[in-house]
Amino acid sequence: MSEDHSSDRSAASVRAVELTVAVLFFALGAIVAWDSYRIGTSWGDEGPQAGYFPFYIGLIICFSTTLIFVRALWAKAKSHESFVSRGQLKMVMKMLVPSIVYVVLVGIIGIYVSSTLFIGFFMLWLGKYGWLRTVPLAVGVSVAFFLLFEVWFNVPLPKGPLEALLGLD
Amino acid sequence: MAELESLFQGFAVAISPFNLLLMFIGVLLGVIIGVLPGLGGANGVAILLPLTFTMAQTPGGTTSAIILLSCIYWGALFGGAITSILFNIPGEPWSVATTFDGYPLAQKGRAGEALTAAFTSSFIGAFVAVMLITFLAPAMANFALQFGPPEYFSVYLLTFCAFVGMSKGQAVKTIVSMMIGFALAAVGLDTVTGQLRLTFGFTDLLKGFDFLIAVIGLFGIGEILLTLEEGLHFKGTRAKLNPRVVLDTWKELPRYWLTSLRASAVGCFMGIVPGGATPASFMSYGVAKRFSKDGDKFGTGMVEGVVAPETAAHAAGTSALLPMITLGVPGSPTAAVLLGGLLIWGLQPGPLLFVEQKDFVWGLIASMYLGNIAGLIVVLTCVPLFAAILRIPFSIIAPVILVICAIGAFTVHTSVSDVYLMLVFGVAGYVMRKLNYPLAPLVLALVLGDRAENSFRQSMIMSQGDMAILFSNALVGGLTTLALFLLFWPVLASLIKRIKGG
Amino acid sequence: MSTTVGNLARASALSIGALALAVMGGPALAWQPTKTVEFIVPAGSGGGADQMARLVDGIVKKYKLMDQPMVVINKSGGAGAEGFLYVKDAKGDPHKIIITLSNLFTTPLATGVPFNWKDLTPVSMLALDQFILWVNADTPYKTAQEYIAAVKKAGPNKMKMGGTGSKQEDQIITVALQKQTGTKFTYVPFKGGGAVNTQLAGKHIDSSVNNPIEGVANWRGGKVRPLCVFDEQRLIYKDKITETMSWSDIPTCKEAGVDVEYLMLRGIFMPGGVTDEQRDFYVQLLKKVRDTPEWKAFMEKGAFNQTALTGDEYKNWVAKAEQVHKDLMKEAGFLAK
Repeated sequence: MSEDHSSDRSAASVRAVELTVAVLFFALGAIVAWDSYRIGTSWGDEGPQAGYFPFYIGLIICFSTTLIFVRALWAKAKSHESFVSRGQLKMVMKMLVPSIVYVVLVGIIGIYVSSTLFIGFFMLWLGKYGWLRTVPLAVGVSVAFFLLFEVWFNVPLPKGPLEALLGLD
Repeated sequence: MAELESLFQGFAVAISPFNLLLMFIGVLLGVIIGVLPGLGGANGVAILLPLTFTMAQTPGGTTSAIILLSCIYWGALFGGAITSILFNIPGEPWSVATTFDGYPLAQKGRAGEALTAAFTSSFIGAFVAVMLITFLAPAMANFALQFGPPEYFSVYLLTFCAFVGMSKGQAVKTIVSMMIGFALAAVGLDTVTGQLRLTFGFTDLLKGFDFLIAVIGLFGIGEILLTLEEGLHFKGTRAKLNPRVVLDTWKELPRYWLTSLRASAVGCFMGIVPGGATPASFMSYGVAKRFSKDGDKFGTGMVEGVVAPETAAHAAGTSALLPMITLGVPGSPTAAVLLGGLLIWGLQPGPLLFVEQKDFVWGLIASMYLGNIAGLIVVLTCVPLFAAILRIPFSIIAPVILVICAIGAFTVHTSVSDVYLMLVFGVAGYVMRKLNYPLAPLVLALVLGDRAENSFRQSMIMSQGDMAILFSNALVGGLTTLALFLLFWPVLASLIKRIKGG
Repeated sequence: MSTTVGNLARASALSIGALALAVMGGPALAWQPTKTVEFIVPAGSGGGADQMARLVDGIVKKYKLMDQPMVVINKSGGAGAEGFLYVKDAKGDPHKIIITLSNLFTTPLATGVPFNWKDLTPVSMLALDQFILWVNADTPYKTAQEYIAAVKKAGPNKMKMGGTGSKQEDQIITVALQKQTGTKFTYVPFKGGGAVNTQLAGKHIDSSVNNPIEGVANWRGGKVRPLCVFDEQRLIYKDKITETMSWSDIPTCKEAGVDVEYLMLRGIFMPGGVTDEQRDFYVQLLKKVRDTPEWKAFMEKGAFNQTALTGDEYKNWVAKAEQVHKDLMKEAGFLAK
């Protein structure tokens, strides 16, 4: 029972996330406005300059996120509402962390090998499938994609050392 | 009716067992291309082009070749809806608006219904557009010539106004979302001045933010993360797999005839202009939501919300071939590759194609009718098959979807950094959804921001800074007025209500 | 003298290469691609460079000129900078080629994005693209003089010249034209040449400097009219395009009293650091492409200048063209600050 309780506990409140996102978007708006200011924000004879629209877009983002920030700060009622519970966050991380590893691997060992590993890892770890089912499926999917993209449609995808070794790149 | 006679001659050319076979092959290939975000119609067409060179040398072969290629195009149009409905991942840009109601329908276990509605609407949209091409082609080509920068701007304005205010939630978050979309659209080279904007010296930012990458991340990856909170399964796995679902849905569809009609009109207009299929689908969704009785239920899984964008997207996608034939200006990358094909076969697109290559043009138009019918038959028979994909266990299908998304993101610019970007968008989509930031305005702003800004600034250069150019003739003035009317429609509607009530 | 030295150096490099091969015991066969060749187009799909690349791809496939497949990839971001940087970063990779247009010079000069043609290996010039001054067919102007006179009479910024992009070839020609004639156009930048010509056909702009291939469809359809060609001599193609005119009937701008010349490079480059044999493979391949009837038909339809240089001649041409662009853009104030 105690375990259930811990997974129901909030990992972050709506307010905390709301405030963080508002700050991040504010920063984004500020960067946009700043760079646009650099390239010119006036309205000349030939209409608006390159920075005109982005500058005001940046300002609107800053202004609106300030409003959201202040509102979230004031809203007492919502302050304890949970954004995501620990259990939920754990589930999301189960997908997100392997996905991050996967996309990083794509850049290093190519998309086919990393896809095989990624699908295989998921089936073994989350799906609790045996090796006997996992390996053929994971390899099969990658081979199918290889045939589809590289052979039939001639679309080159990222490849790594294994493909080079096999002379497939 | 000279057109009818020519058309029947066209049918005579198009209907041979060999050509019919080509149609089915083309449609099947097209569906595969449409389903995978990594492959666009342009890939399929490009890959088959060399094959068609040999075909084009036999008598009547040019027609066969173009039938094969255009059927891939139809197939891809149909296929884009499948992943939108099943997994919230738009296979093609124009199926983004289909996710708004298609995916909620699938979650309710009504995937079969949503797919049938989508396919049937696609067919109707395309059919109306082909009829228009058949009878009004030359007149419409001249209409397209009326569109200069101010007219384009007013069309984009109209799209925004038709769509704005449709999202629920806090108005200020809608604004933030839309502005972020505009900001992302501004990254890269500014066409009007040739200056680099918001690239901060990073070469990866030169190419800007592509719409498809944002959409795959925000909608596709974001949705998977959101689903995971509830456990390791997709909702709506108990979708009916009975082929009868097609007939049942058909019984329901005639109810939405007005929506279909409006959507076809919007689509044909946007295709000829050429504003494109993607804006057409958004505009049509916005208009349907505004004028439907059940407008406030849109986004929760309404069949009508699938009918509107799909009909418009296909009407636009089909009628976009018209400027290609008559003006030689391709309306889409796929059309551009088709255009390349025409050139290699020795055909010169342009105003004279209808006169000089009569057989070819009418063969093409006839193949549009037949290809569409072939497409509908193929995809409808496969509805239960598509819906069955949802039954694949989550721990297998989830990583496969992610792989497909990664391939899709990579192929847009053949760049690995886009794959990282896709994941960043995914996390952003997850957080924004949970905080009630609407995503649709962001996506629309990303699609149209750049084009709207360009046409606005071109207009300003032309008028030397005079805003009156946006009302300078009946066409642009009418469009701008209509846009403003739509923008203020909610206020007007409540005013009218109050006057009537008082 | 210097050429002799260069030749000698190259000859010795070749013999060393041959020696290396002999020592390794490999067959003394010419180099061939061992995997898919990426054909990069630093422009959007449907434009002039894209059409040419797809034609080359089509011809290579049709005549099976290469064992390995070829794939055309558009990388148009940042006025082509995306494509050029991609090839620049692939130093030593013999499986990438890129087709260039004038943005090889204009993009780095106008935006300051760090690349230069010297980062690449020149392979072969395919052709030179012409520029023509076009007006709408409904206007009364029959010659360039009449039009320029009308522009002068209307006053500065009254007549609109449409073109592709900003600070690129179309605007460079416009600026040169203004300097020559003392006129001032309002330059309206669009995304692509096809769009520019459609805008002209729809009378949204008063003139354009489209390439022949971008304007030919509307010319034949009676919607636009060519006034003069920006080259030192007339086009060579004598077949009638419209009922009364062929390409060769269009006077040069110089004849019309507007002494402006501009030709655009349509050439192929490879990444830097590739070997001579690798480059020579593509030189030979493109030579075979240029010998096909499809290519010749395309040249005629687009009224191209069929100058095709390779080797040092090509290199010198490119170096000279770079200097010309530098001067023109400096005068126009287009250089990146």
